[in-house]
This record gives sequence, structure tokens and C-alpha cells, in this order.
Amino acid sequence: MIMRKPGVVSSRALVTLVIIAVLALVPPVAATIGEGFYVDVFTRIMIFAIAALSLDIILGYGGMVSFGHAAYLGIGAYAVGILAFYGVDNGFLQFGTAILASAVAALFIGFVSLRTSGIYFIMITLAFAQMIYFLSISLNTYGGDNGLNIDRPSDFARLVNLSNATTLYYVVFAVLMLFLFLGQRLVNSRFGMVIRGAKSNERRMAAIGFPLLRYKLTAFVIAGAMCGVAGALLANQDLFVAPAVMQWTRSGEILMMVILGGMGTLVGPILGAVAFLALETVLSDLTGHWQAIMGPILVLVVLFARDGIFGLLSRIGVERSRG
Amino acid sequence: MAEPLLSVTGLCRHFGGVVATDNVSLTIAEGELHAIIGPNGAGKTTLVAQLMGELRPHRGTIRLGDRDVTTMPSYRRSRRGIARSFQITSIFPEFTARDNIALAVQAHAGHNFRFWRAARTDPALRKPACAILDSVGLGHRADVPAATLAHGEQRLLEIAIALAARPRLLLLDEPMAGMAPEDAARMVRFLSQLKGKITLLLIEHDMDAVFALADRITVMVYGSVIASGTPGQIRANAEVRKAYLGEDELA
Repeated sequence: MIMRKPGVVSSRALVTLVIIAVLALVPPVAATIGEGFYVDVFTRIMIFAIAALSLDIILGYGGMVSFGHAAYLGIGAYAVGILAFYGVDNGFLQFGTAILASAVAALFIGFVSLRTSGIYFIMITLAFAQMIYFLSISLNTYGGDNGLNIDRPSDFARLVNLSNATTLYYVVFAVLMLFLFLGQRLVNSRFGMVIRGAKSNERRMAAIGFPLLRYKLTAFVIAGAMCGVAGALLANQDLFVAPAVMQWTRSGEILMMVILGGMGTLVGPILGAVAFLALETVLSDLTGHWQAIMGPILVLVVLFARDGIFGLLSRIGVERSRG
Repeated sequence: MAEPLLSVTGLCRHFGGVVATDNVSLTIAEGELHAIIGPNGAGKTTLVAQLMGELRPHRGTIRLGDRDVTTMPSYRRSRRGIARSFQITSIFPEFTARDNIALAVQAHAGHNFRFWRAARTDPALRKPACAILDSVGLGHRADVPAATLAHGEQRLLEIAIALAARPRLLLLDEPMAGMAPEDAARMVRFLSQLKGKITLLLIEHDMDAVFALADRITVMVYGSVIASGTPGQIRANAEVRKAYLGEDELA
């Protein structure tokens, strides 16, 4: 992250450009080969990439292992669903509410849980996410356990038509690129250095004069709000929202995407989301016990590629250019 | 005499039944180099932790100038001019040497809710960071990851991070711990240059260094102060010789 040989920087940039190019080209390629469903598959992948990227800001840079990140996905999705339920399909209002609601939730959850660290932090974030999950089940008005259908996607003053799969795809793509760019600025800014320092050596940070809680809490809220946007997009793709969106296993999956792709890289989580969801699709076609194959793959990645798929690809790039 | 920069009165701190700080009082004048010596377990590091605000004393007061800082959190004390170095090197290992210092500079350069501009290329942070690295003789190692610096260099970096906060009072917890003789000599030279410019509280086991550098020395045993005075007075103090210096000189 911080000290890196010039060759690796350029190879990382190259891998990043390739990922962006591939994602940008999915709809035309899918149309050419006549497999339109790939557009839907990759829309979903990118939505989870947004969630994973937002988690990476606090996990990979801030060292905060939140095991409840799916809660913000759920809050964002329910914000769209509940407003649509009352006939409010103005997209600006829906997405504004999704961002605000997930930010407020993150503010509250972070305020309590950031007073702890290590395993306690993991457990408290998980507990809060479970509370929100069970709250959503108890909301009978909004379908309870069965979830809530959404009649129409968000309406952005008729500027974009989100019921068109390709349009939705490029909207999600644009949001992902925007967040990647903003995230990159953020982690390299003064603020970013503070949360990285907190990950590296919290005691030292306090001794040199940083009131860390407010910086960590701010990062936590930013990440929560970003994930809320992912939730709002997910509601638009599925036109349905149910408590399952924020089940604790979902939080685990987002965590795995970050680790699989490469923590503390921002691009890594995008790769992680692609790898995880593609593997899930392929493996679950082969066998119902696909997790039995996914598990060992994750273990191997953690053991042999500490910086994830992104690190692995970047290193291959370097060796190629040398060889 | 002017008001002391630091005055500690009746400080007590225990851990369960173990008394780590037992009614400690001491004053340090502005510009003084004040050494604290004592055998292992005398409560020196616990005292530093309380002065820095990492540990709350159970009784007693700590005043910095005319201000009571007893209950003030670390980051506020840092802003009021207290900084510390750690006995066990406490740096940011994955950052470069320069970034280690830049982060400390950043802590005292206004608020850090700045999300846009890249910090590492910001001359407002880079320049002072380079100057401080030069002052401790690490200028040529600015781009080296802190984790790969030699032990002696890491000890210097440790102090440089503390200095970057521009403290009035610098607490040095065994800066020469584990150092090779030539590194220790370099540290002594550095500390003697620093002496007089800022107020220093030095915890150190190297008696030659302590007696060469200190204006005043406080001796602690089992959490309490048994003597305090000039190096000459301490050397002549029978109780100190019995409790501490004698066995150390034999070793």
C-alpha cells in the first residue's frame, strides 16, 4: 500500500484498467453472444462489489472487522422498498433516504461498537446486524419474513429507465467507478492516513495527538452509507426486498469477497465479488454442496495469497514484464 | 524560581494488590533534563503512562504549567505539549520513515477531516517531516519502510515521531533499550543536543548516560520516590547506593 516498487504500481494500475474495461464491455459482449442474462449476473456482481469496496475502507484501511456490513445493504434496500410501498418512487428521494438511513444506523452502531476492539468489535457489529435482521422479519406491514415486492424501479425524473437491464447495468457501473475513485482519494487523503495509522498502531496514534474515535466513526459511517447505496441498487435489480438480504451469512460473504480479492486495495474487493459470485454460480450448478468446494478455495487463498487475487495478478504482471 | 513545567503531586496507581505508583511527587522545571532511575518494576513506565494520559491515576494530580491535566485524554495532552517515546518501539511499521513523521506532523496541523488531497505529496506535511528526519540523522532513510530500518534507526524514528508533535515536555522511556554501544553513543549525542531546547523526562538504565545528561535525577523503588536531586547528590545518597546504584555498578 505504502511502499511499493514502481513496477508493482504500474502492474496494479494495469490490472485495475483491465477490470474496468472488462466490466464496461459486458453488455455489448453479452448481446453479441446472445447471452443476455450475463448482464443481470454482472449487475449483481457489481452491486456486491460496491458493498465489498465499502467494507474494505474500514476493514482493509481502518482495521475494523465489521461482521455486520450486510445490515446497511438491507437498510438501503428497505428504504427503497418501503418508500415504493407508499407509492413514493422518486429515485432521488429513495436513494437519499437509503444513504441517510444507513448512515444514521452506522453512526449509532459505530458509536457503540467502536469502543471495543478485536473479537468484541466483531461480535457487537454482528449482534447489531442481527437485531436489524430480526426487526425486518417482524415488520409484518412490509411482508415480514416473506419480503416486499416493489412495483417499479426508482424513477430519476425519467432521466434513466432502470427497468432496462443495460441501463441499470451502466448505472451500477457508474456508481462503482465513482466509489472506486472517491475511495481512492479518501484512503490517500489526510483522513485516510489517520485511519491507516489507527490500523497500524492505535496507541501511538493517541500519543501523537489523534482523537481516534471520531475518525474511525466517520469512516464507519461513510462505509455504511456507501453500502446503503448498494442496497438501494439491489432493490432496483430484484424489485423485491426480504430480510434474507441482511442475514448474517451475507455479512460473511461480503467479508470473504474483500479477503479473497485483497484487503486494503479497493480494487481487490471488486475482483473478490466477481470471483466469489462467479464461483458460487458455477459451483452451485455442479453440486448442492458447493460451499464444500468454496471453503477450501478460500483457505488456499488466505494461506498462499495474503494480498488476495489482486495481489496475485499484480505479481504475475511484474514477473511477466521482467521475464 | 519560575513555575515548574510539570508538577506531580501524590500520584497513586495500583493494579489489584500491586502498588505501581505510590504517592509520587516530583516537579520538572522548564528546560530541565530530569532522569528517573530505579530497578525494573519500580513503576517508571507506569508513571510515564499516567503522565501521557494512557492510564488514569487513582489519586493525585498532574499539572502541566498552570493547568490540571490529571483527567485529560492523551490526544489533548499531546496538543498541550506532552509527547512520549515508548520503551518497546512503537512506530508504524508498514509506513515509510517519512510517512511515520508526516503522520505526527499531521496530528498538529489542524483537523484531519480532509478527504480529497493526497497527504503523501502535500508539501505542508512532507517538508517538516523531512526536516525532522534530517535532525535525527535519518534523512537518507526517508523512503525506507520503517519495518526494515535497523533497530538503532527505529529507536531514533521513535523519538522523531514524538518530536514531530513539537512538544514542550518529552517523555523518553528507555530510548537506549537494546541498543548497540555505537548506537547508544549516537543517542546520547542526540539527547545532549536536544537538552535545553525542550524539557525532557528520561527513563534510562544506562547510568553513564544518565549521570552525563541529567540536570536532576529522581530515584524510584517499588513505586515510590526514595531520592531526588542533582547527579552529585544522588551519587552521594547512601540509601540510593544501597537500593540501586551499588548492585548496578557491580553488574
